[in-house]
Amino acid sequence: MAMQTLTQRFANPTRFMALAARLLPWASALAAALIAVGLYMAFFTAPPDYQQGHTAKIMYVHVPAAWLSMFIYALIAASSFGLLVFRHPLADVSAKAAAPIGAVFTFLCLVTGSLWGKPMWGAFWAWDPRLTSVLILFFLYLGLIALRSSIEDEQLAGNLTAILAVVGIVILPIIRFSVDWNSIHQQPSVSRIGMPAIHPSILWPLLVMAVGMTVLFAALHLKAMRNEILRRRLKTLRMAEVQTASGLAQPAE
Amino acid sequence: MTAFWQLVARDLAIAWREGGAIGITLGFYLIVVAMLPLGLGPDLNLLSRIAPGVLWVALLLAALLSLGRLFETDYEDGSLEVLATGPLPLEAVAAAKSLAHWITTGVPLTVLAPVVGLLLNLPPEGYGVLVATMLAGTPAISFIGAIGAALTLRARRGGVLLALLMLPLFVPTLTFGISSVGAALLGTEAFAPSFMILVAISLASIVLAPLAAAAALRFQLQ
Amino acid sequence: MDLGPHAVYIWASYAVVAVVLAVLIGWLVFDGRRQQRLIDELEARGVRRRSSRGTEAH
Repeated sequence: MAMQTLTQRFANPTRFMALAARLLPWASALAAALIAVGLYMAFFTAPPDYQQGHTAKIMYVHVPAAWLSMFIYALIAASSFGLLVFRHPLADVSAKAAAPIGAVFTFLCLVTGSLWGKPMWGAFWAWDPRLTSVLILFFLYLGLIALRSSIEDEQLAGNLTAILAVVGIVILPIIRFSVDWNSIHQQPSVSRIGMPAIHPSILWPLLVMAVGMTVLFAALHLKAMRNEILRRRLKTLRMAEVQTASGLAQPAE
Repeated sequence: MTAFWQLVARDLAIAWREGGAIGITLGFYLIVVAMLPLGLGPDLNLLSRIAPGVLWVALLLAALLSLGRLFETDYEDGSLEVLATGPLPLEAVAAAKSLAHWITTGVPLTVLAPVVGLLLNLPPEGYGVLVATMLAGTPAISFIGAIGAALTLRARRGGVLLALLMLPLFVPTLTFGISSVGAALLGTEAFAPSFMILVAISLASIVLAPLAAAAALRFQLQ
Repeated sequence: MDLGPHAVYIWASYAVVAVVLAVLIGWLVFDGRRQQRLIDELEARGVRRRSSRGTEAH
């Protein structure tokens, strides 16, 4: 299967480093180009919304951020699965590198959503089902980062964080369902940001921005994974230095 | 099966001897709920409207207090390793300890809740529903909480970390618990479906959560 | 460009996204250079990974 050979090809950290180094410039350039085009379209070719005027332009950053916040969590869950079930050598690196980036995009989704809400609803925050579940998703990201940083043993930290990620993704749809339920049954009228009928002149900038941000994430993730692999190499080197300095023989394995 | 019940009985006996732990949890629950009127003022109408929410949230916080220690004492004195290598699969060990936690924490809190509800002027038709929803929802708290306890077993600042990890996972239980009580108070037909979902969440967590908790414990014991 | 009465929110949204992403990119680049520099220093002192002698312990 294509995915298996892809992950197999990336399984060796050294080969991954080489491949990532070659991919990064292209991914960065593509992301920059797509985002530039998307921004141009958003500000110069997309018409103002019938109800919301130009404020709907916030959508062009808010929706991609929301999409990425969920996509990245799914990626972390998949990496975690790869670690727990297949013991893939790069799975933990992938999950560890992705978590802070996912938290950043989730944060951006919340902030832009809040800034969109103020002119639309009159308040910076509303317990709208979508914003509420994104907020909880943000807590899940914080939990992943906090759990990993609280455990000193790197391997144990990776394994336990992986369990948390998998538990999280199983419960995530239920959380979303419960938040939707709550909003329907607790309030007499549900207020929603009316998504404009997706007119092509609005849809295309949105798609371009979404794809551009996703490619940007791919570049960021590759870079973060490279950094993490370097960090682990550094740690191994330092331990080797300590061992030779204190005269310890290399353990015969 | 007997090994399972023996483990439950042993945990219950330990909890009974250390009676103070249950007392602290109940006292904490009482104090947290009492803080609300102190902070919000004595407007009885306001209090009765927020009573279901407050009683449920305070229940979560009180349960979190004792969850941190679920595996700790056994881990520290080595009995967790003995249990892991014993006849009972680790999943059953986790389930047994979750069950014991529910009996020693969830049930007493559920019993105390209507009493504390008096402080918040909970409407009379709410008491029965409150107890029913808490009985249905507290197993989820004990069983899902065991996952967090297993994950944070050796972590620094385990108590606060546990709360950070668990609160998102408790959201479904919390939401359906509160909406059940709210629906019953308003007299809408939304009570039955809310309650059913709450029960379903608890049953699912009883079956699935021990798997995750045991997986975490295995890594911790390596 | 007139973006209507709520222009400040639009500009603020795009500004937040731009700033945060710039900081993130900057941090990743900086961190990568720092790790590489530290590794180069250690290797210059003659420290070698075990993997360059035998099989990597992964």
